[in-house]
Amino acid sequence: MIRHTFRAATCVLSPGVRCFSDSSVGEVTSCGRTDLTHLTRQASLYVHWPYCLRRCSYCNFNKYIPRENKDNIMTECLQRETETLLRLSQVSRITSVFFGGGTPSLAHPSTIAAVLDTVSKQARLSDKAEVTLEVNPTPVGMSKLEDFCHAGVNRFSIGVQSLQDEDLKILGRDHSSHHALQTIEEARRMCPGRVSVDVMFGRPKQTVESWENELSELLNVCDDHVSLYQLTLERGTQLFRQVQQGDTSVPADDVTAEMYQCARETLHQHGFLQYEVSNFARHNAVSHHNMSYWKGRQYVGVGPGAHGRFVVPGEGGVAREARTQTLEPDVWMREVQQRGHGTRRRIQLSHLELLEEVLVMGMRMTEGIHHEHWELFSHELGLYEIFGSSVEVQECLQSGKLVLDERGLRCSWDGLALLDSMLPALLVELERRISPGLRRENHADGATEKTSNSR
Amino acid sequence: LSKFSADKIRNFCIIAHIDHGKSTLADRLLEMTGAIAKTEKNKQVLDKLQVERERGITVKAQTASLFYSHQGQQYLLNLIDTPGHVDFSYEVSRSISACQGVLLIVDANQGVQAQTVANFYLAFEAQLAIIPVINKIDLKNADPERVESQIEKMFDIPREECIKISAKNGTNVEKVLQAVVNRIPPPVASIDDPFKALVFDSNFNHYRGVVANIAVFGGRVRKGDRIVSAYLGKSYEVNELGLLRPDEHQTQALFAGQVGYIIAGMKDVKEAQIGDTLYHQERPVDALPGFKPARAMVFAGMFPMDQSEYQGLRSAIERLTLNDSSVTVQRDSSLALGAGWRLGFLGLLHMEVFNQRLEQEYNASVIVTAPTVPYKATLSSTKLIKDRRAVQKNITYIDDQRVMMKYLFPLNEIVVDFYDLLKSLSSGYASFDYENAGHQAADLIKMDILLNGRPVEELTTIVHRDRAYLAGKAMCVRLKDSIPRQMFEIAVQAAIGSKVIARETIKAYRKNVLAKCYGGDITRKMKLLKKQAEGKKKMRLIGSVEVPKDAFINVLKRTDK
Repeated sequence: MIRHTFRAATCVLSPGVRCFSDSSVGEVTSCGRTDLTHLTRQASLYVHWPYCLRRCSYCNFNKYIPRENKDNIMTECLQRETETLLRLSQVSRITSVFFGGGTPSLAHPSTIAAVLDTVSKQARLSDKAEVTLEVNPTPVGMSKLEDFCHAGVNRFSIGVQSLQDEDLKILGRDHSSHHALQTIEEARRMCPGRVSVDVMFGRPKQTVESWENELSELLNVCDDHVSLYQLTLERGTQLFRQVQQGDTSVPADDVTAEMYQCARETLHQHGFLQYEVSNFARHNAVSHHNMSYWKGRQYVGVGPGAHGRFVVPGEGGVAREARTQTLEPDVWMREVQQRGHGTRRRIQLSHLELLEEVLVMGMRMTEGIHHEHWELFSHELGLYEIFGSSVEVQECLQSGKLVLDERGLRCSWDGLALLDSMLPALLVELERRISPGLRRENHADGATEKTSNSR
Repeated sequence: LSKFSADKIRNFCIIAHIDHGKSTLADRLLEMTGAIAKTEKNKQVLDKLQVERERGITVKAQTASLFYSHQGQQYLLNLIDTPGHVDFSYEVSRSISACQGVLLIVDANQGVQAQTVANFYLAFEAQLAIIPVINKIDLKNADPERVESQIEKMFDIPREECIKISAKNGTNVEKVLQAVVNRIPPPVASIDDPFKALVFDSNFNHYRGVVANIAVFGGRVRKGDRIVSAYLGKSYEVNELGLLRPDEHQTQALFAGQVGYIIAGMKDVKEAQIGDTLYHQERPVDALPGFKPARAMVFAGMFPMDQSEYQGLRSAIERLTLNDSSVTVQRDSSLALGAGWRLGFLGLLHMEVFNQRLEQEYNASVIVTAPTVPYKATLSSTKLIKDRRAVQKNITYIDDQRVMMKYLFPLNEIVVDFYDLLKSLSSGYASFDYENAGHQAADLIKMDILLNGRPVEELTTIVHRDRAYLAGKAMCVRLKDSIPRQMFEIAVQAAIGSKVIARETIKAYRKNVLAKCYGGDITRKMKLLKKQAEGKKKMRLIGSVEVPKDAFINVLKRTDK
């Protein structure tokens, strides 16, 4: 209700832009040329807010604890880079926006509004387009939710991680489970049906039993979307060091495997559909933004350390580029101020590389890769032609881990948990069929060098 | 040069236990006689090989001719620096036979050690003048008096004859030079005798061919002369010759009593074997005694990392052995690793130095395995007793300090590490030689390695029944650590026939999927997956188990520390 009024107001303020209806991201066309245009004329937008108040013990994201408040400059630079990159990509439509970090809920709501405003000036951003903000469930975060809504956010992703206060301490979080529950409640009031909760399993001292209990508690209060992540020990984090030194330990492989399976089953029983390795939704409340990653669509990454995948038509390019923005905020801001954007790396993806990404990302979805979807990227060779005759794929099909049928290629329930064991074989097959002219030279030191006579 | 009559020439070596200071003393002698400039940078000048400089050891003997004035007379001193390591004792013995005296160096703190004794006996048996030199007197723990007593007691050399020096500081080194002149006899060699020379070292140079270091025992040799090698009976024309100062100084001729180098169109270092005799084609002489081809003590299998590198490794081994005729080379092949070689070395250090040189000088990367030993299968079986399955044949007491023991060993028990262990256990004092005693029956069995019931051909070994369990267990453990987990459990077993004697299990993955994969994660994930895909292409399938090449290498390689 409130949102709608606000929308109308913005329509008045920035005339002529935000009034188109949103078309489903899952749209499919069947003629080649239009597909390409369809793929390159639109993109989703990721915006990175790099600042945090504290460092969580497991986190290896690009985050910084600021010494002084540079929020204003950061906001200006985010706007500037958004403008520049949107112009470079020449997209006419932004299908979704995601504010990640760091802790984006530390930013002032006006930052969000400012960035969205800039987007609207460069491209069509439907008022039905999904705009997600990651929220750290502290009292401060909670108090800002309403203002974020006013600024244009219509979906919240809350980093709950755990409902056990002792575990929150071990993880280095700066909120209690009570805070988290309150934040969920408030978010559901603001954006009913559009709140996602992040939880972690495989934490130190966790058992299958305690996990099951925690899940039950969670299911009582959560909205229609849950993300369950297995805790991964990343080199360079405090938790990694603690485990290495023997001060703490994480549950054994079999235990975390069990936790994953029982979580999948429990959520299923509660009406959630698992649509990706770690993501579950009721009432079709999937994350459109993340879906567009797994469907191989273009995305523009703005902010320090953000990643992007899009074509730059202006330079006569047709190949999709893999782009990364400069990691360090201060350096990034300088670069944005000097030349409009802080792009550190740009690598053109070859035809094979693009297909590899489509494959790896697509297989994470329970729906897998539909034939029509694959065809958008691979005009000559279909899924049957590429994978149908592989011995290893046959074995996975026989053992019921993979399915290849008239719909497409996907993992079974069992197969999804072992996806990364199967992907190397799939990649080998893909390379064999797509780039047979690609020769690899093996050096004595184990490094491989590519020589190719085709692209 | 001809002005140096034999009586003004002195040929001597420096011999000692490892690290007692031979090369440092050589540095000082070179400096003092003006062969090299006196600078801070002179550290083991004669150690030319990179591997020598890195390890601080002398691997090949080097030679230098020094001019020294003493009491108004000019002398020509020919110095030969020798390796101290036990592996190279043959080189030492040949260098000694080119000399009339030795400087026997003993560390003032460590005192007499294994190689001191071994080298002393070499010199003593060759009836050389022995000048004991006690070195490192500058160090805090030096106890020269104690060492003097040691020398007197063990070698029967009066303590007054010991010269106490510090080679590092140069203290008393002048006395050493004087002693060389006064106490070492000049070579008994006449220019009028027929030409006769001992080859005590040789090098291969790509542009010039084989360069042999010779000691002239009689007569003279000139550029253009036709000479013959006693060992092979082949004849050559002398292209170039001269002195080593320590660098080459070309001359027109070399005379009796002198030491220098000679280039005579030899293409292979095997044509100038250490210990060989050279003489003029028209005037043959009796060969100098004591020559024997080198005896390999430690063996290893060597294989290229990948069969595509076979040719490269072959030419590297060929070129390296050009300069080291004491390495024995035999072709070999392994099911797991492809075509390769079985190489024999004088000792473990020799092998390590060889490998290091292969990698540094020829950029070759090599898999080193325990060598295969030839077997003949028969039906009978006999039980053998000792830990190494040796049978004692004979014990002889040489003197009150030395005993010689003869055993009959299965070859397999000595080819890998027996020599090295023997040396370790006896602090280097024990020495070892062997000869082939033919094939003998033994209780040997074929041990298979199975992966989920399927035998891995390449890892099948023949072991003695008593060793089977330990060997099988060790192989299973190594395999378990080298094979990555797969989507099913893998049973790694060692079996004799149908009987399983050892087992390890590799658990199956129950979950193997990246938790988070959003826009920023894909780059890193793709890199990892591509690497795994590449590795997959190189894996061997045993049944449905994927085995990386490294697994074979890990199981077969040597485990020297």
